[in-house]
Order: sequence, then C-alpha cells, then structure tokens
Amino acid sequence: MQIVDTVNQYLRKIPTWTIYIVGGAWVVWMFYLAATNQMGPEPINALERKYGELGLKLIVLGLAVTPLRKWTGLNLMKFRRAIGVTAFFVVLAHFTVWALLDVGTFGRIWTETVKRLYVTVGMASFVMMIPLAVTSNNLSIRKLGGAAWRKLHKLTYPVAIFAVVHYLWLVKGFQIEPIVYAIIVGVLLASRVRRPKFAST
Amino acid sequence: MAYRWKNDLSRADITPKSAYLNRRQILAGTVGLGAIGLAGGAQAQDALEPNTLEEIRSYNNFYEFGTGKEDPALNAHNLDTSNWTVKVDGFVDNPGDYAMDDLLAGLSVEDRLYRFRCVEAWSMVVPWNGIELADILNKVGVQSSAKYVAFETVVQPENMIGVQRRVLDFPYVEGLRLDEAMHPLTIMATGIYDEPLAKQNGAPMRLVVPWKYGFKSIKSIVRITLTDEEPPISWNKANRREYGFYSNVNPTVDHPRWSQASERVIGGGLFASRQDTLMFNGYPEVASLYEGMDLSVDF
Repeated sequence: MQIVDTVNQYLRKIPTWTIYIVGGAWVVWMFYLAATNQMGPEPINALERKYGELGLKLIVLGLAVTPLRKWTGLNLMKFRRAIGVTAFFVVLAHFTVWALLDVGTFGRIWTETVKRLYVTVGMASFVMMIPLAVTSNNLSIRKLGGAAWRKLHKLTYPVAIFAVVHYLWLVKGFQIEPIVYAIIVGVLLASRVRRPKFAST
Repeated sequence: MAYRWKNDLSRADITPKSAYLNRRQILAGTVGLGAIGLAGGAQAQDALEPNTLEEIRSYNNFYEFGTGKEDPALNAHNLDTSNWTVKVDGFVDNPGDYAMDDLLAGLSVEDRLYRFRCVEAWSMVVPWNGIELADILNKVGVQSSAKYVAFETVVQPENMIGVQRRVLDFPYVEGLRLDEAMHPLTIMATGIYDEPLAKQNGAPMRLVVPWKYGFKSIKSIVRITLTDEEPPISWNKANRREYGFYSNVNPTVDHPRWSQASERVIGGGLFASRQDTLMFNGYPEVASLYEGMDLSVDF
C-alpha cells in the first residue's frame, strides 16, 4: 500500500489544531452567509441543516477512524480527538441556532423536546456528547484511568445512532441521504462487534 | 360568479414591481426603508406585505423535482408545459380532455393577495392571479351526486428527478369537499405578480386554498375528477397519522413534527422571530364550512 503510506506521511506533518481552525472557520463562514441573506430566503432552517449535517459527518468520521486503519491502513488516529471535539462544537452550533433563532423561547424549547420524538433523540445525542467533549483531554484520561475513560467514550456509539435516527425521523417521504448515513453507521458499528474467538489456550 | 370574495387589500397595497424586483438591492442601502414605508399604506390594520418574486420562486416544495427547498427552482425547468391538457371526469355534465385555454376561456382572472402557510410552519404572502375554481366547475357542470373534487399533478418521469427516486407515491393527488372547492376563496392560479406561474410554483395552473396547509394547493394540474367519495390524498397516503384530508391551518392542532402555533415568515432573515399562526390562516369566513365538526379529529 504505497499510496496509503505516502498519505500517512503527509498526515503526520499536519498539526491536529488544523481541524479546529478549519471547523471553526467553516461555522463562522456559514453564519456570515446566513446573516447576510446569502443562504436562500429562509436562512434559519438552512443554517440549522448545514450545521446538523456537518455535525453528523464528523461523528461518522470519528467512528470511521479505527475501521479505516484496520481496513485500509489509513491512519487518522492522531486527529480523532480533534474530530470528536469539533463535532461537538458543530452540533452545539446546530443546537444553538435551533434553540435561539428557530424555536426562540424556553417554553417552546421544552415542549418541542418533549413532544417531538425526532427532537428528543437529537437532544439526547447532543447531551451525550457533553461528557465526551469535557473529558477529551489528557488530564481526564489520567484522572479517570484508561479503562473507565474508554468505557465512557463508548457513548460515541449511541451518539451516532441517535443522530442518525434524528435525521431519519426528520425527513418527509422517502429520502436517500439519511438512509445512506444509517447504513454507514451500521457498518462502522458492526465492525466493532467482537466475533467470538475459539479458545486459544 | 367571479368577484365573490373581496380582498381587504387592493392592488395599490402590493409592492410596485420595480420595488420587488430590486428589494434586495434597495435594502442594501438605507434608502430602502422609505420605499417600503410607501407600500405599507394598509399595514396599519393588517401587515400583509407580499414576498418578493425571487423569494416565491426560490423557496418551494415540489417533491417531483427534489426534496430540498431550492431543488424545484433548479430542476423544474425540465417540466414540459406545452399543449397542456386537463382531463375533467366523474360526475360532470361535460367531461373530456380540455386544452387549458379552452377550459379557462371566458372566465375572469382576479388578483388575490393571500397568506400561504406551509405545514412545515413557514409562511409567505403571495399576490396570485387566478380564476375562482367555482367558475371552472360551473363551466363543466357539476352533477348533484358529486360530493368531492379530486385533483392530480402531471407525471413526467423523465423530467422529474423526485419521481425517479420515488420520494412519494406519484402522481401527486389532492382533494377538496365540494363546498370547499366552490368557496370563493378557492382559486385556480395561473400567475403571480401578473406573470405566468414559474414551473417551480406549479405552472401552468395550480390550486390555491389559502386556509389550508400549502400541500393541499396542488400544482401543475392535469386532472379534475368530481366524485361521491372522499378522494385519497398523497401525504395522507404517505403518513396517515400526520396528514389529514382537511388539513386546515389550525394553531390549536399540533402536527407531530411541527408545532402549528407559530410560523416563520419567509424573507425575515436570520434574526426574525416567529409570528403567531391564525385560525384558518386568518380566513375566518370559512369556519361555517366546518360547523359541528371536531377539527382535532378531522384535522
């Protein structure tokens, strides 16, 4: 795998903070487009969707790091934390646009969350990301201990599942995109299921 | 029977063409505030400012051309509207395949400035040009056994990406009770801002029922059938729990996906807040059609 080795060599030279800078700049740029009427006649929903979609893409990318290395040799491991934390901030932006600009009031945020299942699961996915974002630093790994930290970070799986269900539920009619995401997440999660090994004692 | 319903706003209340064509540019400078004030003569009682033609043509639901709001504007140019023929059948005196011009010949086209409320909780104000549906139905002769009117949208699979992807069970079908269809508010629109309908808006002719959610106002109609049974409607077929036959705009009956108590007015920009949704979308004159009905059951 000559190509993969070359790519990995290049990747090694890219500092991880690039992810934060690019992600942050993109969020600000999209907000600027929406605020200056360059995102169609209904910028609130458009912006909400842009943030939601990138958030989901980053969650999927984060989940793909390990299988990608296993299957292709492509090594994105050093970026995984940055991908996850950026995913959290993009989803936070998605939530903020929804809460402040779309729904608007605390009363409505509450009723929407309780009454509409697609909002409920979206919110659950977001809330589960909070402890992951908070503990995405070396200090937390040391404090929690590797095993507990890894256990906690298995929350990424329900985060991804709930995010996909949120998307599936939210669209009307038969639409391809959420189904594609559901399949990808399904494959990425299935790759983590440990096949029973025959005793090797 | 035309002119049975009177706009509470006149033609003069509509933003002049020069202004709506350039509103974006005008708004870019502070001079625009004065120009909009001019158009707002009637705003004291009822702030109905029509959306710009650009907004009306660029934010649409027309699933035959894709599910994104901008998809119809991108894809609807493929629609072939030449030699448009409408099949009229069922309980009518004069059934047949009518060329559109023949069907509408001799009937008056009126200006109707209506609120337009989508079930997805956004809204616009549209200056339609159209013919009272009652005039068309009277022309073809409604028989006494007719109780409902069914409508069907054209299907041109090779021109319609959404049909190829089977987003819904096409053709798109809709229906009204006969008294709803005959109500003077119900029109067959042929234009907006005195221009022929853009294809993404449902060219060459589409229904407009302003007190119902937008999906009832079926586009690009090729068939009108008078029946004695409640006709199937596309969104109800796709999801029975969420979309009822009547689908009257009703802030007190929630849709499982969207609160219907408030709406986002298109064109307000990123920081505009929602406005309260009005019962029957602000057309209380239709309330008598539903007397004695429980609108939370017949939603």
